[in-house]
Amino acid sequence: MSSDYGRIVRDGLWDNNGVFGMILGMCPTMAMTTSATNGLGMGLATAAVMAASSLLVALFRGVITQEVRIPVFILIVAAMVTLVDLTMNAWMHELYKVLGLFIPLIVSNCLPLARLEAFAAKEPVLPSFMDGLFMGIGFTLSLTAIGAVREIVGSGTLFANASLLLGPAFTFLETRVLPADSGVLVAILPPGGFLATGLLLAGKRYIDVKAGKPIAMAGAHSV
Amino acid sequence: MKRPTWIHAVVLGAFCTGFGIILATTNVFTADQIAQRAVEDMQNSLAQVVPAAIHDNSLVKDAITVKNDAGKDITIYRAMKDGKVTGVAYEIDGTGYGGQIRLMLGVDAAGNILGVRATEYHETPGLGDKIDPAKSDWITRFTGLSLGRPPVDKWKVKKDGGDFDQFSGATITPRGVVAAIRAGLEFFAAHKAQFLEVR
Repeated sequence: MSSDYGRIVRDGLWDNNGVFGMILGMCPTMAMTTSATNGLGMGLATAAVMAASSLLVALFRGVITQEVRIPVFILIVAAMVTLVDLTMNAWMHELYKVLGLFIPLIVSNCLPLARLEAFAAKEPVLPSFMDGLFMGIGFTLSLTAIGAVREIVGSGTLFANASLLLGPAFTFLETRVLPADSGVLVAILPPGGFLATGLLLAGKRYIDVKAGKPIAMAGAHSV
Repeated sequence: MKRPTWIHAVVLGAFCTGFGIILATTNVFTADQIAQRAVEDMQNSLAQVVPAAIHDNSLVKDAITVKNDAGKDITIYRAMKDGKVTGVAYEIDGTGYGGQIRLMLGVDAAGNILGVRATEYHETPGLGDKIDPAKSDWITRFTGLSLGRPPVDKWKVKKDGGDFDQFSGATITPRGVVAAIRAGLEFFAAHKAQFLEVR
């Protein structure tokens, strides 16, 4: 079952999605989803750290003893985050100016730690890497979706400033959905984060129930 | 199988040492690059607040330090042309919604604002970050103003009875920025002679 990659992908993207399945990583989810671009940036940085730290933990899973695994996991996540932070600051400075704010926040995200504990600590290297990567991509898609809803309702735009994050080639993503100054401000204030997340979560559960899937709670795999 | 406790200490110690070495190595390799990028950022933010036409020197090279009222050393980057100081730029800070906002303020020899830019801030994305010229032209409206224009008691946001617009949903950020700029201009007025003196 560990090398069932189709299931790893499905779990990460939908069935056991970090935000809408396991309801983990709520702090960055609420804080960084004031626009679709911010959600996307935070998600991508998290996905990179999750893939790298899952790989490392799976690699060292024979050496890490049960009693000290949590501090070692935190150490690995924090080291990966610092590594990404320093490297981007030095060699991808333009991107760092946009993403730099988000990167240290990844340490405070409990989703990477949860996946290390539930998956990477028990499974071989390649499936663990895939799990980290697809959990990260699922997290990215969720944050982008919440960000998109909040941005459209709150500011009337979609993917504003995407070219700052992805480069000038992506200017076409920047669209104005509603006329200027018609946004409902609450959507981009903290309560809007809870409202948008809750509504999207209800929507996902509704689709699952319609499709006859049982509602699974947190676990390494969806039930 | 019960393993002795010291095994765990060794494992944890080994991981700490290993990742410590990796991070220290990365730091050694990136430190120069990061410092270089910081200097470039400084030159860029100086170029945004001091027009190239008014100086023929390097602002970073002709910098002096002056103590402010709180006793803190402030670096004054001086723009010079034909041996005369034509303007100065220095960092000021204000308090916003998300903590400290650092700004670079450029002032000409007569005390008029050449330009202001936020260099570091932690304001709410989508609300307070409109102080960034990439997101709104708000900060550019200060250019050309001085301590007498508008009068000192009008250097407040409109909500406080002053002359400056706040943003919808964010009053604390512009209030902090306006107060910081006013304090920056008062600093200039108090130390003008020192700033413009050529040694």
